[in-house]
Amino acid sequence: MRNNSVIGWLLAAPLSLVLLVFLVAPIAMIVVVSFWGATEWSIYPAFQFDNYTFLLTSDVTYRVYLNTLKYAIITWAFTLLIGFTVAYYLAFHIRSLTWQIALFLLCTIPFLTSNIIRMISWIPFLGRNGLANQALISWGVIDEPLEWLLFSDFSVILAFVHLYTLFMVVPIFNTMMRIDKSLIEAAVDAGASGWQTLWHVIIPLTKPGIMIGTIFVVALVMGDFITVRFMSGSQSANVGRMIQNDIGLLQYPSASATAVILLVTVLLLIGTLLRFVDIRKEL
Amino acid sequence: MNRNLDLELISLTKRYGSTVAVDSISYHFDAGTYACLLGPSGCGKSSTLRMIAGHESVSDGSITLGKRDISHLPPAKRGTAMMFQNYALFPHLSVLDNVAFSLKMQGTDIATRHARAGEMLELVDMSNLADRFPDQLSGGQQQRAALARALITKPDVLLLDEPLSALDPFLRIRMRAELKKLQRELGITFVHVTHGQDEALALADEIVVMNNAVIEQAGKTRAVFDAPATAFVARFLGSHNVVSMPDGMIAIRSDALQIKDANAAKLPGTITNIEYQGTHVALTASVPGEQEVTALLSDKDFFGSPKNLGEAIGLDWEAGAAHALAG
Repeated sequence: MRNNSVIGWLLAAPLSLVLLVFLVAPIAMIVVVSFWGATEWSIYPAFQFDNYTFLLTSDVTYRVYLNTLKYAIITWAFTLLIGFTVAYYLAFHIRSLTWQIALFLLCTIPFLTSNIIRMISWIPFLGRNGLANQALISWGVIDEPLEWLLFSDFSVILAFVHLYTLFMVVPIFNTMMRIDKSLIEAAVDAGASGWQTLWHVIIPLTKPGIMIGTIFVVALVMGDFITVRFMSGSQSANVGRMIQNDIGLLQYPSASATAVILLVTVLLLIGTLLRFVDIRKEL
Repeated sequence: MNRNLDLELISLTKRYGSTVAVDSISYHFDAGTYACLLGPSGCGKSSTLRMIAGHESVSDGSITLGKRDISHLPPAKRGTAMMFQNYALFPHLSVLDNVAFSLKMQGTDIATRHARAGEMLELVDMSNLADRFPDQLSGGQQQRAALARALITKPDVLLLDEPLSALDPFLRIRMRAELKKLQRELGITFVHVTHGQDEALALADEIVVMNNAVIEQAGKTRAVFDAPATAFVARFLGSHNVVSMPDGMIAIRSDALQIKDANAAKLPGTITNIEYQGTHVALTASVPGEQEVTALLSDKDFFGSPKNLGEAIGLDWEAGAAHALAG
């Protein structure tokens, strides 16, 4: 028995060690530093709530959080709509498995290039004299170039949706592929129309996949800073940008405190989501 | 029964590309019949059922129910209901909501549809499990729930796709008795697809034996069993010997064979195997033409004059017991 438990500990040790060093320790460090103090030129170890007090009483924090949540919600809505549609098409309208896999891989091809490149390639397209404006002007749809195409909330959300839709497609497609096709026939046999089958059978059975995709997208958008910086032309802020600014100014304690609050917010969000849907079956 | 509810297949054909799954079959099911489509896998029986249900398009020919052509109607408008092989219960809905599903699709209010679903569950003796979810039910219970769900639309024809194949042998025998009882009570037509000849014989008023996309033989169950028309039917139904005689192939039921002296019988043979089966003894003998024949003797007959392996015997039968076979 004793021998067995030693082996058990040994088997668990490598992964535990990796998690400890690369996950637990950094987070613990961030939490510790978040209580430190800082002056214009130095950082000093301490245990004080100054950083949190400043953050939680500042009007800016709430505005930035509100903006971050706005990005998250709008991006979520669009990625869900597009992701669900693409997954539905792949899972239910493509008959052969070979084609399903081929088209699925096609969806992932853009992801072989860097995020930044894909993001930046929007800039010449959307810019004041970019392709989009030129095309619209030459078609006579507009007379003046549209100013809101680039360096706006529109371009930020467009880039988010472009970058993260696949994170919605993959889990939803995966869940849909597990739906027994005879359930759809049973629904049709019971007189359900196409929409009724979608609403009463497919969506309820796809919920776990939707939830996993939601967690991916929300976590990614909440933690992002680079997309917001590039696509808003540094005109919009989200929590990630706040942290990045603090780090740029070497205000590590303040950055840590912001990071801790962001972590708690995202965890609470995901915790709430998980109360509604049981995703354990999917894992 | 109401003759207006007869189900008829007219030159029904199903093609998948260049393969013909069902080749122009015609059959008339009287209303209130328990019919079994019987055949080996790939014979077209499931495609036939799915065409009747409307889950497979009809390539050619037509299906009529009570003189109404239903070949191209959507499944729910045909007056048929289907019970799926794996039951296809909705895993996210309770038994009650599963049964009430079609009423919900029609927009029936919740009180009415739950009341109706409750009645259906009563019929299949599942009232106490109404709040369970499908994964909390045993195979037999799932089947009853699926039956209740199929019957709530008051179909004229219930289509069952290998309904017993997912059950263990003991439960299979119990559920088939319940299916038969239910069919008698409801008086509607049941069309039941199976590859088990014992299941078909036990349940069906009429059997339709299919092979290679066509109907090999069809009719009253006893008539088919007593006089198989082809070697395939005789072999598939079992309990028959198919023997090639000088004047053609014949089928003889194994319990119609009598053991006599070698020189006083129609067919001489040598015993190759003796199998004790409790109430019966199965005696296998090799006969001229490198054929094997099995005789099923009652234990009394066999042990009255026991035989040994390798012994020469004569196999005999009454004139009416042998049926000439086509092909």
